Amino acid sequence: MPGRRRAIRVSVSLAAVGVLAFAWALSTGDVEVGMRQVLAALLGTEQGLAADVVRHLRLPRAVAVFVCGGLLALAGALMQVLLRNPLADPYILGISGGAAVGALCAMLLGLSPLAIDGAAFAGALAAMLLVFGLAHGDGSWTQTRLLLTGVIVAAGCGAVITLLLSLAPDTRIQSMLFWLMGDASGATRPWPAAVVLAIGLLVVLPFARDLNVLARGETTALTLGVRVQRLRYMLYVVASLLTAVAVTLIGSVGFVGLIVPHLVRFAIGNDQRLLLPAASLAGGVLLLVADTTARTIIAPVQLPVGVLTALIGVPVFLFLLSRHRR
Amino acid sequence: MEPVPAASSSFLEADRLALQIGERWLCCEFSLSLGAGECLVLLGPNGAGKTTLLHTFAGLRTPTAGTVRLAGRPLGDWASGEVARYRGLLPQQQPDHFSSTVLETVLVGRHPHLGRWGWESAEDESIARGALQDVGLADMDRRDILTLSGGERQRVAIAALLAQAPRLYLLDEPTNHLDLHYQIQVLELFRRKAGNGCAVAMVLHDINLAARYADYIILFDGRGGVVAGTCEQVLQANRLSHAFGHPLERHGLDGKSVFLPV
Repeated sequence: MPGRRRAIRVSVSLAAVGVLAFAWALSTGDVEVGMRQVLAALLGTEQGLAADVVRHLRLPRAVAVFVCGGLLALAGALMQVLLRNPLADPYILGISGGAAVGALCAMLLGLSPLAIDGAAFAGALAAMLLVFGLAHGDGSWTQTRLLLTGVIVAAGCGAVITLLLSLAPDTRIQSMLFWLMGDASGATRPWPAAVVLAIGLLVVLPFARDLNVLARGETTALTLGVRVQRLRYMLYVVASLLTAVAVTLIGSVGFVGLIVPHLVRFAIGNDQRLLLPAASLAGGVLLLVADTTARTIIAPVQLPVGVLTALIGVPVFLFLLSRHRR
Repeated sequence: MEPVPAASSSFLEADRLALQIGERWLCCEFSLSLGAGECLVLLGPNGAGKTTLLHTFAGLRTPTAGTVRLAGRPLGDWASGEVARYRGLLPQQQPDHFSSTVLETVLVGRHPHLGRWGWESAEDESIARGALQDVGLADMDRRDILTLSGGERQRVAIAALLAQAPRLYLLDEPTNHLDLHYQIQVLELFRRKAGNGCAVAMVLHDINLAARYADYIILFDGRGGVVAGTCEQVLQANRLSHAFGHPLERHGLDGKSVFLPV
């Protein structure tokens, strides 16, 4: 039986795993730092190189990666309900495409990292408004129309991205590709995104049971007193903003937003009251583990984290899928 | 169909209702009143507007002209959660893309009875299990709905509606996908609901089942014409033949009328 107690138990367990993932992320790297030193560094009772590494390099990056994983997983879960399509992910409606166009333009112009972030966020918002406007059109707002509009806008962004890459000088290609695959090394200001994730959860959780009803079909939802249109608008805006913030922070990391909601669904079912907080935490854990692996596995070379999420996520997903069907 | 009474003893009233989709009129100005213990059946050919009328009764769409009142109050005066506790609708199709257990699916029917932060209580669960019992699915509570047959899926939807526990049941082809045994069992179930002080309005395709369970019938002819009245008034071979565009004959069987296509 789904129950409040079970939701708390699942969330607490995942949070505990999250603490372990943080411990690993903060202690591992070029400079090995013991657990006691990590704790001391976080509490501010220790100074020195190791403490600086933990406080100023690893902690911001770990928080950024964890928060992004949470944002993407939450946005993916919301998009899947909004579009009633298990294949939906946060990028399906062109948000990441818009962000990428913005970011790559800024990179091509050689702007500062802050300006690149700003351009990425502006691009994501532009894509969101464009898709919303086009899909809304004559006032009808069906899932199919929204999905098709989003996919077409995303395809258009893809073409622009290819164009920008082909125009880019060799010196910038590497950083542009890293941005596209998701790169956490430049994420130094993660805290605003953490606040956005918390606000996003607070906004959607009161409507989690409405989402359960919406997943059973629009007619059923209307009959059971859910104000479907208002709920859809809210889902669209929240999921898009969460995605925009995540993409701005570390680029378009793939697979987290698609796979994590499904992984959590396999494990605990499809009750959104459990799924949404659990997916946020699980997304954070997965991305943090992937990023720590990405920067240590063939150190000093750092792999883009997006590659690792796919390499970890795909086999795990396929394994669970084959077991689930039996 | 009697003229609309002054008091609000009726669960569902339609007052000079007219429905139009695009340029086409589905029905022109008719009135009805349905009270406790009564069962109304909507009959007619495909695309005649039966579902549209049922959805209009449910408040999912506004009529082109006229008003619908539930318990004497116009639909517009009801809050969405309040009306969800008063009337329930069984949709024609159950589109399912995500897996969920049978019990969870039925518990969705309890949604309008719970507060914003509420979780289903043990009482809600026992209501849901009772509803599953009523449709013969008590031992399937943990099954995934995506693994069910069409008829089982239909019965899960009926159980969810029963868990919603409305006073007014609006059923769009409740016998869809059901075998003969469950067709009768489900119709008997809703007949009993009417007997226990609820009201039922449903779309059926089987004229003989309609004759067996309806107190009143609305017959659409698919060209904008509507005949409403008691079974005896409406179920006549010439009217049915005209409406369905196929000749039908009336046969007497143990004192009951049976309609068969020629």
